Amino acid sequence: MGPNDSGPAGSPSAGAPARPPLPGGRFAARGSLTGTLAKIALLGLFTALGVWAVLPLYVAGNWWGIALAVAVVALVYWVYLSGRSVPAKYLVPGVLLLMAFQIFPVLYTMSTSLTNMSDGHRGTKEQAIASIEAYSVVSADSAEEYTLTVATTGDPETGELVFLLTDADGRAYAGDSEGLEGLTGASVDDAGKVTDAFGYTVLSPNEVNARSDELQEFAVPTGDGAGIRSSGLNSAFEGSALRVYDAGCDCIEDSETGTVYTADDERGAFYSEDGERLAQGWQVGVGFDNFLRFLVNPTFASAFFGTLVWNIAFAASVTFLVFVVGLAVALTLHTPRLRGKTAYRILVVLPYAMSSLAMYLLWRDMFNADFGLFNRMLGTDVDWLGDAWAARGAVVLANVWLGYPYMFLVATGALQAIPRELSQAARLDGAGPWQAFRHVTLPLLMVAMAPILIATFAFNFNNFNAVWLLTRGGPFPAEGTMSGGATDLLITYTYRLAFSEATAQYGYAAAMSVMIFLIVSVMSVVSLSRSKALQEVDR
Amino acid sequence: MTAETADTAVRPVYRPTAGSRFALWARRQGWRHAVMLVVAAFALFPVLFVVSAALNPVGTLSSSQLWPTGASLDNARDLFQNTPFRAWYTNSLFFAVANASATVLLSALAAYAFSRMRFKGRRVGLVGLLVIQMFPQFLAIVAIYLMFSNLGELYPAIGFDTRWGLLLVYLGGALSINTWLMKGFFDTVPKELDESAQMDGATHAQVFFRIMLPLVTPVLAIVALLVFINTINEFLLASVFLRDTGAQTLGLGLYQLVDSQRNANFGMFAVGAIMLSLPTLAVFWFLQRYISEGLTSGAVKG
Repeated sequence: MGPNDSGPAGSPSAGAPARPPLPGGRFAARGSLTGTLAKIALLGLFTALGVWAVLPLYVAGNWWGIALAVAVVALVYWVYLSGRSVPAKYLVPGVLLLMAFQIFPVLYTMSTSLTNMSDGHRGTKEQAIASIEAYSVVSADSAEEYTLTVATTGDPETGELVFLLTDADGRAYAGDSEGLEGLTGASVDDAGKVTDAFGYTVLSPNEVNARSDELQEFAVPTGDGAGIRSSGLNSAFEGSALRVYDAGCDCIEDSETGTVYTADDERGAFYSEDGERLAQGWQVGVGFDNFLRFLVNPTFASAFFGTLVWNIAFAASVTFLVFVVGLAVALTLHTPRLRGKTAYRILVVLPYAMSSLAMYLLWRDMFNADFGLFNRMLGTDVDWLGDAWAARGAVVLANVWLGYPYMFLVATGALQAIPRELSQAARLDGAGPWQAFRHVTLPLLMVAMAPILIATFAFNFNNFNAVWLLTRGGPFPAEGTMSGGATDLLITYTYRLAFSEATAQYGYAAAMSVMIFLIVSVMSVVSLSRSKALQEVDR
Repeated sequence: MTAETADTAVRPVYRPTAGSRFALWARRQGWRHAVMLVVAAFALFPVLFVVSAALNPVGTLSSSQLWPTGASLDNARDLFQNTPFRAWYTNSLFFAVANASATVLLSALAAYAFSRMRFKGRRVGLVGLLVIQMFPQFLAIVAIYLMFSNLGELYPAIGFDTRWGLLLVYLGGALSINTWLMKGFFDTVPKELDESAQMDGATHAQVFFRIMLPLVTPVLAIVALLVFINTINEFLLASVFLRDTGAQTLGLGLYQLVDSQRNANFGMFAVGAIMLSLPTLAVFWFLQRYISEGLTSGAVKG
């Protein structure tokens, strides 16, 4: 036990005098030599980090980024050198990380939810036009041929594509989405391939293959609607674009078919008169359309509300069952003398100590219809994860197995805090064991357990692993995955929208995230207002 | 008890027979054993199955029985030789250890400020921490993904498939409900202790590192344990960040192992599942004396 078991944790000592104000002022002014040295070393390290952060921003000419980095470094220096604000010294590291990687992403999610951002709607209108024109480049008869080496600036997987080209006379060029420039100082082999060029990363054939989709749409503009496109991995040709943008009518005309595609700035794409749309669009604000879509549109609304109902049912039933099982086990072991108590405790807590990620996968395989343990042991032929209700039952069962040991530990602790005399007194007054438990022990227990139950519910409401690793949200109805699977939680549905469908729908997925946020907020506000947690703030 | 003694005094001497003694035992203790045996069986059988499958010489799901049918290390050898197991394991442990230690430090620093100091914005900060909990980090996964596709171009060192990028994201969640848990525990440490240290000329940093931290070890241990377990089992963020096979964690690796070949790779998966559970089991074992104390100090609050 720790040094703090003089009273129940957190109970204010009765009659304690009011706290004196506690600014940094009463602390000694100067620390030890070690402390000072550590401070200098850490500040030096942080400065180095700042310089490292500024360099690429400088190269990219991102002045706002540089200003931000400088401001953060200056803030840190001020906090740790001025000695004026002691609390800030303790809060700054965590708060900086919190702002950068939690609060900023949350705000970014909210702004993304108001756009149509998705595959095909990622960039600006200019990028969409460049991509459309480049994609329609066809070889002219007397086209110039180049030997092509695909390279990037920076990382092979995410860096911007660059074509390193050599023409028939052996001159080398570098072309990116901005245009073509001469390239000096590159090493070129006999076949005309560039093997090394300063500032560029030459891609291996495998790395090129990994980005073949992008390569398809990539062309180096050479002016007047002409551009250089790749044909295969090793050669490129210059040709002219079939589809050319005309700023006058804000439209794109296809010179082969004569179709005119007019820009629709509300939907972020070019549409022809008969409603045909060009694949490459751009990102535009759509207001609350994403939200309206799953609140009003019949297909999406039924998927959304169906998922929401199951999501609540899932979280509630798992919370209830782990509470009942955990409490039952805790009550069974809550007796002064029981042979093998320690052994029972260890066995019962075992699921909690196993890796839950691996255990979810294990349960999925135990439920496997063809080879799984359950069908083989029970001699049944049930498609556990293929039938809607069997899958729901399986998901709940696996989560009860993983979740009850925690409840058992918490309930044991809470039971030990309740004086045994209380239920004994009730028994003397003629209450049966059940009555004594129901009317004396349980109400006292609930005081301690209520916050834990709320937390468990909130956790399971967004328990991504619980569903994704077992069923991935399935089984799915015949209409496809967009209408939501039988075990889908909102969070797994969102994840699939953004990362697992053929076309990623970031804007729509972000709107779902915001909806989950709102739902959880409402539930938390209701439960928090009924608990005493907030009173602690003023203590 | 007193009532029973009074009864026996009136009646003739009562000698319990073997049968009635058993009935008494069954009523007092026996049913407890019966219930516990059922629960223990429920708790144990998946664990037994995974151990049996790991030792199963055939190594397929369809041939694995609940009770071990043989003892062979073939599955382990397959896993170690045919997959980048060592890289996966190192990655998993790196994330879990680095995130747990950094989170404990950052959270303790903030909890100290919230517990011992009064400053402008303290209330807003505490309530704000609760509010931001309602928007778990993984809900912002779309934004984090988009954000890091841009960041990765500027700083390849923290882009996708790197350790530092994902660790940074994890650390964004360092100040969380854990900070509340710690603050509650810090509040129980008597103020007089650090005040007397200040009288003796200690700086606030010395009070924190020399006085407070040793006194709150239980809550530090429990937060470290929770963060360690959560990180090693984290799937969502890791699956979006780590796409290169060599950069993945053991959890992601196992997921793909049974995803591609559900039946054939099961033996390898079982070995990996045990390996993934070992660190958690070890942490539990070493921190067990803090567990019920730490969990319930969180529970009894509120």
